[in-house]
Amino acid sequence: MNIIEFLISPAEASKRSGPNDRIVFSSRVRLARNLKSYPFPGHAKKADRIKAYEILFPAIRALPQMGPEAFAESLEKLTALDKQILVERHLVSREHAAKGAGSGLILNREETLSVMINEEDHLRMQSLRPGLQLRQAWLAIDAVDSDLETRLDISFSDKYGYLTACPTNLGTGIRVSAMLHLPGLVLGEQINQIIQAVNKLGLAVRGLYGEGTEALGNIFQVSNQMTLGESENEIVERINKVLLQLVEHEENARQSLLEKKPKILLNSIGRAYGVLANAHTIQSKETMNQLSLLRLGVDIGLFGQTPKALVDELFLISQPAHLQLNHPDREKLAAEDRDIYRADMLRERMKSVPSPQEPAAPPSEAPV
Amino acid sequence: MTCQFCKQKDATVHLTQIVENEVKKVDLCENCAKEKGVNDPAGFSLADLLLGLGASQQIDEAGDAKGGGLRCVRCGYTQADFKKSGRLGCSDCYDVFADGLDPLLKPMHKGIRHKGKVPGSLRRATDLNQQLLTLEKDLQGAIAREDFEQAAQLRDQLKVVRTSAKT
Repeated sequence: MNIIEFLISPAEASKRSGPNDRIVFSSRVRLARNLKSYPFPGHAKKADRIKAYEILFPAIRALPQMGPEAFAESLEKLTALDKQILVERHLVSREHAAKGAGSGLILNREETLSVMINEEDHLRMQSLRPGLQLRQAWLAIDAVDSDLETRLDISFSDKYGYLTACPTNLGTGIRVSAMLHLPGLVLGEQINQIIQAVNKLGLAVRGLYGEGTEALGNIFQVSNQMTLGESENEIVERINKVLLQLVEHEENARQSLLEKKPKILLNSIGRAYGVLANAHTIQSKETMNQLSLLRLGVDIGLFGQTPKALVDELFLISQPAHLQLNHPDREKLAAEDRDIYRADMLRERMKSVPSPQEPAAPPSEAPV
Repeated sequence: MTCQFCKQKDATVHLTQIVENEVKKVDLCENCAKEKGVNDPAGFSLADLLLGLGASQQIDEAGDAKGGGLRCVRCGYTQADFKKSGRLGCSDCYDVFADGLDPLLKPMHKGIRHKGKVPGSLRRATDLNQQLLTLEKDLQGAIAREDFEQAAQLRDQLKVVRTSAKT
């Protein structure tokens, strides 16, 4: 089966919607599980890894939640481009994309359930939902896990809970995370304060591509770090509460920018529109940052009927692997050619976006 | 400033995180940063790094107390492997390296005992174990208070639970 043909098209994928999706792109809950009788994948000899794989693969494949149409393949059957596409869709981790024989991926038709076999742990199962839906994502993956434990001998200790290769995942093995778009807090220069506050609550804030990276496109990932000594429900509820507060802070920040610094805000958005609609070469990083401002403009109604989904699609198809995939001959593009091709694509797609209008009820002009 | 890991090269990568209201700083050279996956941001979480840091000392201390050079009989994982990767080799390793684990887990997690989901097949056993733990604690309390009447009752209850835990 070809993964590229299997995946929901970027246009369709971007139309998925959920609660609070003006600010929360997506929610995800991941569980780490291991088989009792086999060494963890990182330490296992090839023969053991393959034996574990041969037990896990059919068990996951047979899950009712996977359905008859699931994509199920060993990673050695995927090309480098296939894997990069999966990473850009956040369906597999970067670590997993680097693996080959003895590791696999099983993904349901709706792309709401993805199971990585022999990543750092034997199983990394994740449930994905658009918008802020952590509870739903948890309930879904909990059901999968409960079903699976009747088919597999899962490693569990009374004291430490679910045993994982890395002690940082011990206990519940749960990682609850959400992807947020926070341009208001970034433009309002409140973001560092917010990140520190969230860190203090024991939650990690990462950029789109993880810790240490700039938050490209003002996109941030918030997730729990502690997995032991706190139940799954407590963790989910705690993060949910924090995320609802972040959503509120972001809305307030946007409102306050509109009221107090409208010229700065409109200037940033207008320039972003100008660049995206007119550039002839543009790098990935700049694209993400300008698209973020475009999305903010759409959110606050500066671009008429332009749907949010269009911007989200552009976010996705501007990524290197997606860009390469759409290129007529699909050969590996050199970086400069890719920047030109990206700009060509953006100019074409931006034709459907009207130039930005002043907000419907113009806020009182404050001196800039 | 030299790298905290190799202690040879100059540290050029600096990371800061707040853990339990404490600021933790990590300084690495480019090579070690690369080795620890710091320059592969998606794969990197500072907790891994912190685990590697204070952790290696604790792992050694706990291991040395047992004569040093701990090794998992089942999977062959060694104290040195654990130190190097911050990860364990198999489920049994959690018993082998148990002594070094608790002090390591404490700053990393909310507690050092699992709370939350338990596999269905173990749920009954775990409930019984929890009952045993509570009863034993109560019994010790009663003895300490010299409340022997209560202690006798608790002792009888313990007997019952122990018997059913064995079946």
